[in-house]
Amino acid sequence: MTGVTGIGVEHYIVVSAILFVLGVLGIFLNRKNVIVILMAIELILLAVNINLVAFSSFMGDLTGQIFAMLVLTVAAAEAAIGLAILMIYFRANGTIAVDDVNRMKG
Amino acid sequence: MIQTLAFYLFASMVIASAVMVIMARNPVHSVLWLILAFFNAAGLMVLVGAEFIAMLLVIVYVGAVAVLFLFVVMMLNIDFAEMRAGFINHVPLGLLVALILLVELIMGVGAWSAGGIAMGTPDGTAAQGIGQSNIEAVGALLYGKYVFLFEMAGIILLVAMIGAIVLTHRQRPEGARGHQDIGKQIRRRPEDATVLKNPDVGEGVEL
Repeated sequence: MTGVTGIGVEHYIVVSAILFVLGVLGIFLNRKNVIVILMAIELILLAVNINLVAFSSFMGDLTGQIFAMLVLTVAAAEAAIGLAILMIYFRANGTIAVDDVNRMKG
Repeated sequence: MIQTLAFYLFASMVIASAVMVIMARNPVHSVLWLILAFFNAAGLMVLVGAEFIAMLLVIVYVGAVAVLFLFVVMMLNIDFAEMRAGFINHVPLGLLVALILLVELIMGVGAWSAGGIAMGTPDGTAAQGIGQSNIEAVGALLYGKYVFLFEMAGIILLVAMIGAIVLTHRQRPEGARGHQDIGKQIRRRPEDATVLKNPDVGEGVEL
């Protein structure tokens, strides 16, 4: 099942941890550009998926892969809704700079 | 040997393209790097024998989500150079948070590999059978044990689709070009719109 010689689940965890951190860093660096923020969220979800699939494969239990599929579904739905909200925000304001969105005083 | 090489190739490419996603000046380039990251992540998943998820990643992420991102980036007319202003101001805080998070994750993995954390053992009900292909096993599980989760995923996608349409759809004012009267369209019957004629040979049709 594991197929890869010399590569353990730890290697996959490290890759996925680095990917996760890069996603979080992307949210911080591109505070204005909401499109890149959405892409950084996709990176975070990808890191989670790699983790789930790696553990699923190395432990010989396919439930993790089913779970990864559900994460994929939610990621697709989130991207669609997020970009739709972005479209109407741009239509209303002519910009997508989100760091000064304070209309709701939240 | 070749698998080890492939793992390091895919892993380094995933990380490098993730860096480029968040650092690229142009969001179109970000999307293209994101596509590369997804392809390499799919390669990583093929290496551990999860072919179905890998193909799903390529189809759903590269085929749908990334194209959606490209559409939106190109449809919105934005001065992206202006959006980059203040990028450098966020670097110290971002690096600090990222560093803390990375250290925490490494400590968590270290604690786990040192044996401090007990993980559950699989009960074997969802194991891939000997000689069974990955897609076969995933399919049996998806349409058997997890069929309700599968249906729930379908409902989530339906809600997302309806939500996206409702959010972005614009009703044109009455009389304007492109105005739609749904009721009028539904009330229309075949006999209002079509007529059956049986013209003689060589003669035209008068409507």
